[in-house]
Amino acid sequence: MIVSYEIPLLLLVLVTAGGAILVKDLMSSVLLLGSYSFFLSLAWAWLGAVDVAFVEAVVGAGLATVLFLLTLFGTNPKDTRLRRPPLSLATLIIFPLLGFLLLYAASDLPVYLDPNSPASVHISPTYLEQSYQDTHTPNVVTSVLMDYRSLDTMVETVVIFAAGIACALLLRRDAS
Amino acid sequence: MVDAFFAVFQRPNFLTFVIIFLWGFYVMITRYNLVKKLIGMYLVQTSVIFFLVSISAKKGATVPVLLSTTDPVQAASYANPLPHVLTLTAIVVGVATLGVGLALCAAIYRKYGSLDEQEILEKTE
Repeated sequence: MIVSYEIPLLLLVLVTAGGAILVKDLMSSVLLLGSYSFFLSLAWAWLGAVDVAFVEAVVGAGLATVLFLLTLFGTNPKDTRLRRPPLSLATLIIFPLLGFLLLYAASDLPVYLDPNSPASVHISPTYLEQSYQDTHTPNVVTSVLMDYRSLDTMVETVVIFAAGIACALLLRRDAS
Repeated sequence: MVDAFFAVFQRPNFLTFVIIFLWGFYVMITRYNLVKKLIGMYLVQTSVIFFLVSISAKKGATVPVLLSTTDPVQAASYANPLPHVLTLTAIVVGVATLGVGLALCAAIYRKYGSLDEQEILEKTE
C-alpha cells in the first residue's frame, strides 16, 4: 500500500515545518524553513516531479531563505524575542473543527499513488501521448509549459516584474 | 467512522497537507511577529503545492520525460505532467509575493522600529 521511502520523508517534512514554527529564535526558524523546502523538494523528486523539485530547491530553499535572511539582517537582530497572545476560545474551537472536516472528507479523494485517479485519466494521457508529435520535446512538462501554455508563462513574468517594482518602491531610501 | 480513519491513513500525503496547512494558517493568525506570520504563509503555500503534486503521482510511474520518442507512449507509465506545470508557476509567484511581504516588513521596521504587531499598533495610536 505504502512504499518505504515515503513515510520517513513525510515525517522529515513535518518535523522541519514544526521546528520552523515552534523555535523561538527567528534566525533558526528561517534556517529550518530552508531545510523544510529542501526535504519537500526531495519528496517531489521521489514522486516523479523532477522539474518542480528543481524549482523548489532553487527558488524555495535558495531564494526564499536568502530573502528571509536579508530581512532579518536588515532589521534589528535583538528583536527576535517572540511574544504570543493567550489562546483564544475561537481558535481552539475553529481549528480542530476545520481539521476534522478536512480529514473526514479524505475518503472522497483518490487513494495515494492511484493510477486511475480522476486527475490522471481525463486529459493528461492526451498530453503525454501527443506532445512529442506536436512539439518534438521529450520532456512533457517543458512542452506544456513552453508550448501549449506559453502565453501563460510569458504573462507570469509580468507578475514577477510587478513584484520586483513593488519591492524596489518599498525599499527606496528616500521613501518617507 | 472507522472507515474514515483508515481512509486518512491510506492518504498520507493528504494528512501531511492538512497538518502543515492548518498549522501554518494558525501561525499566520495568532503570532504577533510579522516575519513569523510570513513563515506561516510560506508553509501554507508550499503545503497546497505539495498536495497538488502528490495527486499527480502514479504507482510504478516514472518522471514525465519520454523514454523513447519512436514507440507509442503508454500514459500509465509516466506521472501526470499537468499539476507539475501549474505548480511551477505557483512556486515562483508564491516566492514573489513572499518577497513583497518581506519588503513590506523591512519598510515597516524602518518606520516604526519594530516587527511586533502590538508595538506597531501602540505607536500608530
